[in-house]
Amino acid sequence: MSMNIYIRSAACIAPRTSIEPDYKALLDPKVLRRMSRIIRMGVAAARSCLVEAGLPMPDAIVTGTGYGCLEDTGVFLKNMITRKEEALQPATFIQSTHNTVGAQIALILQCTGYNNTFVHRGFSFENAVLDAILLLREGEAATVLAGGLDELTDASFAILSRFGLYRHAQEGEGAAFFLLANQPGPGDYAKLEGMTTFYKPEIPQEIVREIVDFLQAQAVDPASIDLVIGEEILPGIPTQPYKTQCGEYPTSTAYALWLASRLIKTGVHNRILVYNHYLGIHHAAFLLGEAS
Amino acid sequence: MRITSATTFESRAANAPVAIAGMGVISAIGRNVAECLASFEKGEAGMGAITYLDTVHRGQLPVAEVKADNETLARWAGVQKPVSRTALLSLIAAREALECAAIPDRARWRTGFISANTVGGMDRTENFYASFLDDPRHGGLRDVVLHECGSVTEWVANRLGITHFHSTISTACSSSANAIGFGARMIRHGLLDIVVAGGTDALTRFTLNGFNSLMILDSHFCKPFDNDRMGLNLGEGAGYVVLVSDAVAATLSRSAGCALSGFANANDAYHQTASSPDGRGSWLAMKGALQRAGLEPADIGYINLHGTGTQNNDLAEGTAIRRLFDPVYPAMSSTKSFTGHTLGASGGIEAVFSVLSVLNGLVYPNIRFHTPMTELPFTPNVEFRKGQPLRHVLSNSFGFGGNCSSLIFSRK
Repeated sequence: MSMNIYIRSAACIAPRTSIEPDYKALLDPKVLRRMSRIIRMGVAAARSCLVEAGLPMPDAIVTGTGYGCLEDTGVFLKNMITRKEEALQPATFIQSTHNTVGAQIALILQCTGYNNTFVHRGFSFENAVLDAILLLREGEAATVLAGGLDELTDASFAILSRFGLYRHAQEGEGAAFFLLANQPGPGDYAKLEGMTTFYKPEIPQEIVREIVDFLQAQAVDPASIDLVIGEEILPGIPTQPYKTQCGEYPTSTAYALWLASRLIKTGVHNRILVYNHYLGIHHAAFLLGEAS
Repeated sequence: MRITSATTFESRAANAPVAIAGMGVISAIGRNVAECLASFEKGEAGMGAITYLDTVHRGQLPVAEVKADNETLARWAGVQKPVSRTALLSLIAAREALECAAIPDRARWRTGFISANTVGGMDRTENFYASFLDDPRHGGLRDVVLHECGSVTEWVANRLGITHFHSTISTACSSSANAIGFGARMIRHGLLDIVVAGGTDALTRFTLNGFNSLMILDSHFCKPFDNDRMGLNLGEGAGYVVLVSDAVAATLSRSAGCALSGFANANDAYHQTASSPDGRGSWLAMKGALQRAGLEPADIGYINLHGTGTQNNDLAEGTAIRRLFDPVYPAMSSTKSFTGHTLGASGGIEAVFSVLSVLNGLVYPNIRFHTPMTELPFTPNVEFRKGQPLRHVLSNSFGFGGNCSSLIFSRK
């Protein structure tokens, strides 16, 4: 079984950076009207990703979202409280479940394959990619549509600001989807060589050790990495922060992975390490190389 | 959790059975495995008038509550102060599962906690939100600290001393079946040695009102697979199994008598909340699980049905079962007739019941069943039966968003 995972296509919506499509060109206006922000971002990014891959139907759909469908949840909660639990409409409740976006994509594509949604804070997207890798290695799927997405609402901004989340980072949101495959194809963006996640390291040295061990397990010389996207971790290797662009949210690594995939596809870089931590608790790294 | 191009995976391991070393459960019919089993045997369901949930629907809609307030649950969980009920239920059941597994020297193994839920700490958020709506500076932050689904899992994992791998899955009512399937796959890939997998959900006003607005709640006790069924009763609880690798299984003093032998996940791709009339997703999930377990429909001795009691689910699930099993049907029942529909916890709770079924040859009753459905040629089992010669048990979990998953538990 081939151990390599190929990124056949990648698509991203990052409202902070104005990377946002004309949704009306991508989605049926009737359907669009009923979609909350996270659903339209997710469905549009997924669709662009598949169009670019030239693939009408993936074998599996896996999504990750830390916060889930905040807008619909907030509307239903507000109505429930202000109307004292009487005369409530189900529309926002139906769309409040965390698997809504993955389900909507399956519904639009008529995709009856494997479908899963991970909601584990700063590991939501990482868990989704991990599940995709397992599916590809099992041969359960030859292609997996995997995405990370979160939305920002007035209420979430107010509450998370009170928690201090935006003290050192700007608030963010976005959706990025990837078509992952177990075989190389023409026009692949990049090869996903490996990934690692680790939880709540006690001292900074532990972080460096984890990353060095990861590269060693991969038999990769750190000097062969020509760019780190995210936080500084490898001395002497140029580092490009990305949250100044997309802002802070639990699945922001999906944005970073999209950025890295593009830089490799266009030949600007050959090997990129994406490294991020969410609140110092959830640490994640992805290693990307050239597709062929 | 590290996965690299050097990580090996043998494809013949893809469908190997994964041993189950322990289990834990809390639901409306008991605070542990022994109490739940006793309730089944006595035929005592957990539904009743709303007692603990603070809602205007008290006295109108029956629910299946865990019979304890949050202070009591905190005491059972061994924590100082109550936090979200979702987290308390989870800790109680997950701890029972680990104690039941009694794995010698657990610290030497790579352990994961994969837990599912649908609304996280919503039981506290909905209290916070009233003050917050008045003024965004108001409302105590301690009420929303476990709002996110993942924070509930993390809070519990920290108390269980599990750090190697955490994950939370949320696919509506199939959530914890997917957590168990994912856990087994992590072991098969050699990425973890032990996984505590399942799910938790507490009753909240949010879900009660959501389901009420969909008009699928029965104002009486639910009647799954009955022709006169009127909807579901919501329940709450948590259920976990402890999945272990062969290497860990070899160290157990009492050998694991049951294994997860099949798992499949499919999507109905029909409607955001309704199942397709022919139960396309349910059929694919059951068929896939059988295929991966290397079994034929006739090998299944008992089906723990999803069986919510709604018009739509029971017809779709029943139609898919007919298509797959006709003309010979195994014993079947919906234990939701005892526990209510525990949403994100149901796959975990029913996995525990299915494991007990395999270990002790149990078939649970589908209580309050009276009139066969006109569309189906079979009826659910209505008596508590012991000592049945069961080798394989199928457990179904189907949810909103078309997410359908089936698990098969087999005697080892």
